[in-house]
Amino acid sequence: MKSLVLAPFQHLVCSTMADTELTGAEIVIRCLHAEGVKHVFGYPGGAVLNIYDEIYKQDGFKHILVRHEQAAVHAADAYARSTGQVGVALVTSGPGATNAVTGIATAYMDSIPMVVITGQVPTAAIGMDAFQEVDTVGITRPCVKHNFLVKDVRELAETMKKAFYIAATGRPGPVVVDIPKDVTQNTCAFVYPESVSMRSYNPTSKGHTGQIKKAAQMLLEAKRPMLYVGGGAVLGNGAEPVRALARKLGFPVASTLMGLGAFPEPDPQNLGMLGMHGTYEANMAMQHCDVLLAIGARFDDRVIGNPKHFGKEARRIIHIDVDPSSISKRVRVDVPIVGAVDQVLTDMLKQIDGVPDATALKAWWAQIELWRAQDCMKYDRASPVIKPQAVVEALYKVTGGAAFVASDVGQHQMWAAQYYKFNEPRRWINSGGLGTMGFGLPAAMGIAMAHPDAPVVCITGEGSIQMNIQELSTCKEHKLPIKVILLNNGVLGMVRQWQEFFYEERYSESYVTSLPDFTMLAEAYGHVGMKIERPEDVEPALIKAFTEHKDELVFMNFITDPRENVYPMIPAGKGLSEMILI
Amino acid sequence: MENEAGALSRVAGLFSARGYNIESLTVAPTEDATLSRMTIVTRGSDDVIEQINKQLNKLVDVIKLQDLSDGSHIERELMLVKVRAVGEGREEMKRMADIFRGNIIDVTEKSYTIELTGDGKKLTAFLEAIDPSAILETVRTGTSGIARGERILKI
Repeated sequence: MKSLVLAPFQHLVCSTMADTELTGAEIVIRCLHAEGVKHVFGYPGGAVLNIYDEIYKQDGFKHILVRHEQAAVHAADAYARSTGQVGVALVTSGPGATNAVTGIATAYMDSIPMVVITGQVPTAAIGMDAFQEVDTVGITRPCVKHNFLVKDVRELAETMKKAFYIAATGRPGPVVVDIPKDVTQNTCAFVYPESVSMRSYNPTSKGHTGQIKKAAQMLLEAKRPMLYVGGGAVLGNGAEPVRALARKLGFPVASTLMGLGAFPEPDPQNLGMLGMHGTYEANMAMQHCDVLLAIGARFDDRVIGNPKHFGKEARRIIHIDVDPSSISKRVRVDVPIVGAVDQVLTDMLKQIDGVPDATALKAWWAQIELWRAQDCMKYDRASPVIKPQAVVEALYKVTGGAAFVASDVGQHQMWAAQYYKFNEPRRWINSGGLGTMGFGLPAAMGIAMAHPDAPVVCITGEGSIQMNIQELSTCKEHKLPIKVILLNNGVLGMVRQWQEFFYEERYSESYVTSLPDFTMLAEAYGHVGMKIERPEDVEPALIKAFTEHKDELVFMNFITDPRENVYPMIPAGKGLSEMILI
Repeated sequence: MENEAGALSRVAGLFSARGYNIESLTVAPTEDATLSRMTIVTRGSDDVIEQINKQLNKLVDVIKLQDLSDGSHIERELMLVKVRAVGEGREEMKRMADIFRGNIIDVTEKSYTIELTGDGKKLTAFLEAIDPSAILETVRTGTSGIARGERILKI
């Protein structure tokens, strides 16, 4: 085995020397260097030992050792969400791969560009029920954009190139590269392809000019227009053109859970979040608009509720999406435009050569203001116990709206989405599609690695945090100054809420007893722990965490009202105008 | 589609994961060994068929997709039937095979193996036309299809 300790510039030199044979493990490292990867999240094991040996010898990227493979994938995922670059995770075969599956499915549901490298038993042992063998390609097939089993070291470099290309282009998604151990040992000449072309994969980026022209005309003719902004606007770097279009036309804007931040939330044109726990004004405007421009959104069941109810009101729909299969899936649309959100919107802006109907728009806004006056986000601000909403509002105030906020899944996620006003895209990082509890803390790690100087918060619940709490150890090792905001109501809040509303208060297994002393737990991991029990202590504690303990991880255990529910709420299967308000 | 390991399971997995139905599926490499061609017979409302089209196109291994039922096309299926052929029935079975343009490709004292091609309806009609108690075994390939006339599916 060759011993190579290479400075970064030497990598470039070597990569053109096709006559030098490298091992598969070295090739993996070279490919990652060539892709400009700076951070890899992973966990070693038998099948990837050769790769880890090469990691030891290089300094082109930093490897972050997690405490559970699921966390490696979530961290790589959030790294990608917060930067727009492809996240990379590396795990071993068998249990390493199966532990990664939840993370892969999470990224798949939210269309996150990621490459997950999994070790595999040697090719000769595949199919023999070898130690730590699973059919990784088979197990992950339904939750990846694509996956590969590399059976020959000569295919490795090209496969890695394809993996990054597929992950990042079109509708992004996770790609798994499964590499048997002997492939990491075998040698061949290494040439990293500069580009890749695949006859079977040609994503569309430029939208159809005729359709865009038609859409622009339709927007100008609208009496009750509405922009519906989804996660695709964030992932497709569409925030700038979304803002430009909204401001040029003066139209109301609402976002999905995944689209938050594409349009600045404090802006008066912003109606807030749509959907099951969206604002009254956003949902009513969505139901009653006459022209709807859907941007990188997919009319998901949590957004429009019952499609039949949604279809009761006549409206014309323009739908921009990079993935043709998202169009006309749940709702028929009038003007489908397949293409990258930023390109299509930029082209659309150029096509708008008039002004909208000012009188109609004024009347529409007057109606929206009536809906807004309902003040659906009100809550008891004089409560003697801490209200979870108040914690998120105080966090927004203390961080000046500038934090990266990762969240877990449940009530706290909805309160975070509702009460933290995101000004910028890629700041709100949560598992929207799969709804993975345990996502928050590892996600915050990924963000903190990518943005070492930015405030990074993990809003969580006492249920979710315990699903990946072991990562407090990773945070210690890498000195990640994450602020964990635990909205501790002592119950699995969202489950409890549904049981209260729909199961006649039979609280089956939704109470979490025997919670640990989180302060001591945080301290045991070497972090700062705080317990906050009175409303008046909320803001001072947050200030202390972000100033005095700026460079430390602070685990803030807020004891909140266990009876608080997330309002408004559209019960599952109901329509947008069938909201439960407080 | 790309003639790669796993390509078939991607398609089959897509149908089962999304609850689409497969009536038949045939696949084999083409004259270009890097390509294989698959014919899938499925059923669904226009919306479902549209989604099936889009979802199949999204698979990275799928290169080109054509809905043959959009235009006039030819469907063929191969069936091998082993039938009891004894006594008076032996001659009758031969006649039926001739009527359906089948070939007897294997003969024993007691049985014939008949090869039949045609669309699915014709093969089913043959099975219905002969004495059901004479059928010992059947195997069908599922439908392969091609467009009529100049229309071609080629990379």
